[in-house]
Amino acid sequence: MSTVKSHRKVVTKLSLWAVGMFGFALFVMPPLYDLFCEITGIGIRPAERYEAAPVAVDYSREVSVTFAATNNEQMPWAFRPMDSKVVVHPGERYEVKFYAKNLTENDMVGQAIPSLVPFSAGDYFHKTECFCFNNQPLAAGEEVEMALVFVVDPELPSSIKSLVMSYTLFDVTPVAADTVAQLQ
Amino acid sequence: MLKRAKALFAVALTALVGASSVGQAAEVSTRQLNMPQGVTEVSQAAYDIHMLMMWVCVVIGAAVFGFMIYVMFAHRKSRGVKPANFHEHVGVELAWTIVPALILIVIAFPATNALLKVYDASEAEMDIKITGYQWKWQYEYLGEDVRFMSSLRTSQDEIYGREEKGEHYLREVDNPLVIPADTKVRFLLTGNDVIHSWWVPDLGVKKDALPGIFTEAWAKTSEVGVYVGECAELCGKDHAFMPIVVEVKPKEEFNAWLAEQKAAAAEYASTIGKAWSMDELMERGEQVYLTNCAGCHGVDGLGIPGVFPPMVGSEVTMGPIEKHIDVLVNGVQGTAMQAFAAQLSEVDIAAVVTYERNAWGNDVGDMAQPIDVLNHKNGQ
Amino acid sequence: MAHGPAKGIGRWLFTTNHKDIGTLYLWFSFAMFLLGGFFAMVIRAELFQPGMQLIRPEFFNQMTTMHGVIMVFGAIMPAFVGLANWMIPLMIGAPDMALPRMNNLSFWILPFAFLTLASTLFMEGGAPNFGWTFYAPLSTKYAPESVNYFIFSMHIMGASSIMGSINIIATIMNMRAPGMTYMKMPLFVWTWLITAFLLVAVMPVLAGAVTMMLMDINFGTSFFDAAGGGDPVLFQHIFWFFGHPEVYIIILPAFGVVSAIIPAFSRKPLFGYASMVYATAAIAFLSFIVWAHHMFTVGMPIAGELYFMYATMLIAVPTGVKVFNWVTTMYKGALTFETPMLFCIAFVILFTFGGFTGLMLSVAAADIQYHDSYFVVAHFHYVMVAGAVFSGTAAVYYWLPKWCGKMYNETMGQVQFWIAFIGFNITFMPQHFLGLAGMPRRYADYGLQFADWNMVSSIGAFMYGAAQLLFLYNVIATIRNGKPVSDNKVWEGAEGLEWEVPTPAPYHTFATPPQIK
Repeated sequence: MSTVKSHRKVVTKLSLWAVGMFGFALFVMPPLYDLFCEITGIGIRPAERYEAAPVAVDYSREVSVTFAATNNEQMPWAFRPMDSKVVVHPGERYEVKFYAKNLTENDMVGQAIPSLVPFSAGDYFHKTECFCFNNQPLAAGEEVEMALVFVVDPELPSSIKSLVMSYTLFDVTPVAADTVAQLQ
Repeated sequence: MLKRAKALFAVALTALVGASSVGQAAEVSTRQLNMPQGVTEVSQAAYDIHMLMMWVCVVIGAAVFGFMIYVMFAHRKSRGVKPANFHEHVGVELAWTIVPALILIVIAFPATNALLKVYDASEAEMDIKITGYQWKWQYEYLGEDVRFMSSLRTSQDEIYGREEKGEHYLREVDNPLVIPADTKVRFLLTGNDVIHSWWVPDLGVKKDALPGIFTEAWAKTSEVGVYVGECAELCGKDHAFMPIVVEVKPKEEFNAWLAEQKAAAAEYASTIGKAWSMDELMERGEQVYLTNCAGCHGVDGLGIPGVFPPMVGSEVTMGPIEKHIDVLVNGVQGTAMQAFAAQLSEVDIAAVVTYERNAWGNDVGDMAQPIDVLNHKNGQ
Repeated sequence: MAHGPAKGIGRWLFTTNHKDIGTLYLWFSFAMFLLGGFFAMVIRAELFQPGMQLIRPEFFNQMTTMHGVIMVFGAIMPAFVGLANWMIPLMIGAPDMALPRMNNLSFWILPFAFLTLASTLFMEGGAPNFGWTFYAPLSTKYAPESVNYFIFSMHIMGASSIMGSINIIATIMNMRAPGMTYMKMPLFVWTWLITAFLLVAVMPVLAGAVTMMLMDINFGTSFFDAAGGGDPVLFQHIFWFFGHPEVYIIILPAFGVVSAIIPAFSRKPLFGYASMVYATAAIAFLSFIVWAHHMFTVGMPIAGELYFMYATMLIAVPTGVKVFNWVTTMYKGALTFETPMLFCIAFVILFTFGGFTGLMLSVAAADIQYHDSYFVVAHFHYVMVAGAVFSGTAAVYYWLPKWCGKMYNETMGQVQFWIAFIGFNITFMPQHFLGLAGMPRRYADYGLQFADWNMVSSIGAFMYGAAQLLFLYNVIATIRNGKPVSDNKVWEGAEGLEWEVPTPAPYHTFATPPQIK
């Protein structure tokens, strides 16, 4: 009889453990990974608006910032940076534009996902305004110039002399049905 | 017997040494046994640490296996030995825990240094964006306004054995990536659809191309030549059919090449307005079809039942031409048919549409002009 | 109490007897082994020459995927669960498993899982084609319809594994005979105890990963889709958090088997029992903190890469301890080389070889050249096939006389060993060269520079495949008309409680627990 009791104890504990691990995978690992990405600057990170604090501009230093645009598959818009490269001084505010045009006959919604190389510069490239903060609806044939306002932090490690800021444009029309409805 | 063993050893040795010579794409050795030394600092670092690890393993392996073989001969029951009864010895057990740990600590130093080299993409003189597509590569010279697709040149006939395989079977592309010698080139990799991985052994570069994320790698070499690589991450049906060819040119030649590319792009813009003849379109269309479409829809246009629809007698190819152009330009949502607007030029789309409408007994008779495609793209 | 088995098919359907269930697991896993092996033969036949001859690339991908999934989850894991069912109660002096009815259930859901999986081959769009590692988004946005069935069968198979593990843990913790302390348990029991804990910890993670896939595919979430703020790399982290312990789940019971057989044929006790236990526990622990060494080319920050490199290198230490212990067990023994011993010696040599290539792979800077190449394929077949499959074969030959009371044909066993050993090396040794020379894995076709070694590898594979048919024949021939044995102790040097029960092992054993001195 006592073995049956102790079986029950073991089974209960292990089952709870198994359920816990399932929950761990489903609910803990994704946020944990996001945190890891935020610390290390890798992966896809939620675009966050940076509240610009006034800092001294370092005119003695130049950092080149290259812009790149990629269309994810089945995203038929025209999408490109209007300035492909700018040389900036850390601490100074810059504005660049990206061009997008919906080439189709349907109203669509796009979402740009930013990615910065090298990863180690992730904490030092501040976007005070970015088209990637929100999704971008475009009616059929409509075109738009989208702004990115950024500051490179003067704390940027001195070994880093060039950054590449790239955006991948995804079609999110199916999940952003509300925005499409507003267009009509 | 001994002679033969010696000869075999010599062959193996030549193969090992041969592997260390510069990897010209023209020379295809089936005897390569070892990792190539390659032509960059990174590939050399990878090779050196690889060889170090291999020799460490060979030495430990020779000791362990040698001892084992000795035991298997010396302590057989058939020789009448009496088994001993010892079953532990703290000193020995501690020793073979600590000694390997020490060896590992020593190895960790060169291993760390090699990795630091791999990661040092700073101060690059040139940025090239590499995008993986199912199943080809796109190269874009950032800031130069030059970009092109690079796909397999080997024909379906060679792959399916209807034609003899050429010397460069699966190692040839229509537009190789061209980079200058003696220049630190930074590669920025991303994926257009699924995950790909850009691997050129001689450059010591293997990096995943992830959709939505950019990763970086770098190469700098003084060895002018042609280097071949492969997609290393399973990316679907034609994973094995998207090779990489990199041409390293002397700086001046590279600059001339780049200028040529820019001029060609400008000239191309003017050809869009020209009216193309049916023959011209059909000829070009067949090429475009074989490179970009035949992989799924078949050389014969019959597709794969249940997976990829046939072109012969289909609603699209036999229906209104506007719809047909639209399918090419914008793709079909929710299917494997992707949008080709960014990958194929207007001329190519016009050509392939015309080809599909008039090949394999599809006798629609009409044709698409590049200007039609451009107008469609612009929503007119 | 002392009644025999029920008659007819009902015996197998409703059985709660650990020996019957063990037998079911073993036969099921062998059937899966042959099926997965058949897929491997298709792969090697296509790769015999450059060019596409027999199948199309999309079917090739289905073959590599099904081969991997079926071998890992259908063949190797159930084979060791089968051995656990048969041997653990016998080894610890228990009358049966702790939870006999759950035992029945955990076996009988398995055939359904794999029937579902195999049926996808006949579906429109084909079977899963994204590799056994099923990286998103190839396995989500770009997957064939059958991915839903794949997920379903993964869930069932995971549930089966978890139930099986809980059962094993409960048995070992609660049902040891009086006097059988933990540090007196045979090593096979120890390795299984640790394996079972690993399984309970990571199978739910796999279930979590496929659940997230299911939601991404069908319910519009975006765990792994960049468009919605997800990240495809997250999938790889979750998968390998499961996947790395998984490879130890496969190999640890194999360690247990080898630790039983080598002493028996050396006629000398196992050297360093305690350090074997600690090494097993250390390997299990390390398996949780090294997962990202499968992802060295994914673009990790250098600090992460360095950490995973160092941690991975550490695994060599406890693994080395095990190898040294086995070799020292043989030292000054009185060795004989029956089939089980041959397979175990081959295990030690080839597994160690696979360990060496594993150590090389752990060096991240060199891994940029090894990663996803045939070098990796060669590496993990050295540890999976020469490791798990060889030891499984050794276990069957070693315990078969105890199970059925008949002796297998020794000559045929040794012939099978040599064909398997030589065939295995002809198959996988050249794959090291192919990988180093630049051939990526999962390639349906390749350039002419890889032609020679691929042909050699295919010839070896057919040889290795033939050896398995001989194995099947030998086992059936033994059961039907092998020479009867009646000694309790079949092997002169064998030690342990399983050799104290009559041969063949009666349907019910240890109704009254034995006393352990």
